[in-house]
Amino acid sequence: MKARVLIRPKEGILDPQGQTVERALPALGFEGVSDVRIGRLVELEVPDIAEVEAMCEKLLANPLVEDYEVVAVE
Amino acid sequence: MTRFGVIRFPGSCDEVDALQACSHFGHAELLWHRDRDLKGVDAVVVPGGFSYGDYLRPGALARFSPVMEAVAEYAAEGGPVLGICNGFQVLCEAGLLPGALLGNDHMRFRCRQVDVIVENTDTAFTRACERGNSLSIPGKHTTGRYFAPPELLDQLESEGQVVFRYAPGQNPNGSLNDIAGVCNEAGNVVGLMPHPEHAVNPLCSSADGGKLFESATYQGAWPPGNQADSPLGSVA
Repeated sequence: MKARVLIRPKEGILDPQGQTVERALPALGFEGVSDVRIGRLVELEVPDIAEVEAMCEKLLANPLVEDYEVVAVE
Repeated sequence: MTRFGVIRFPGSCDEVDALQACSHFGHAELLWHRDRDLKGVDAVVVPGGFSYGDYLRPGALARFSPVMEAVAEYAAEGGPVLGICNGFQVLCEAGLLPGALLGNDHMRFRCRQVDVIVENTDTAFTRACERGNSLSIPGKHTTGRYFAPPELLDQLESEGQVVFRYAPGQNPNGSLNDIAGVCNEAGNVVGLMPHPEHAVNPLCSSADGGKLFESATYQGAWPPGNQADSPLGSVA
């Protein structure tokens, strides 16, 4: 089964990558964009999607500073 | 004579300087990331660099290497462990130190000499210092912004676990409360972003970093603050 893990900086944590991209967008003519946050996407083929949360806790994310969301793709 | 062990991971790059720094104060040898024992060393240094290519997050993969299991056991027994830069990140990822290191607030790699104030001298790597000492050592990193959630941050401040702070106006990365280094509750595990191993010779800008390695030789024998016997002398 294919799983997709979305990892984001936790709410309230400064995300300088997101800020930089947010500042760059108006220069390209895209006005009015706010709250840009940049995280990571991990795709994996797993025998049991129930295990993915443990993988996130242990390795894929740092739960102190990141939130994660596991999505079953198929 | 104190025996230092310096870990080499694939992607480490400051382990040789750390080895040389340690050898000023004792015997120093390399430990390999696949080693399962620490060869009886008296102190462990987890050096700077880019262990496992910094893949996923700095330190995220190195913490699962065989040698880190041995380091975790050693730390739990009270053994002195020092993490420098990437080593600090590894120890945080491993849960041996509190908090996390995030990307610098300005998104750039910054390499410069910084003044670091010693806030706690009751740790395995600051016994040779006096509270308030200013150490001039280089910092060089992209992912050095120290972060801890508010409750944890309060605890670190009240329990004296903030060991090093950037001097006022010199915070190079946006670290909370200007934190440059922290320790665990027992004070035997210490981590910091700046590089004391690059500052052990006055010809290379400063010898202040030597204080950390010297501290590890005390093993409680030298009373904190007694610098008269120190091979490096007193730090201003």
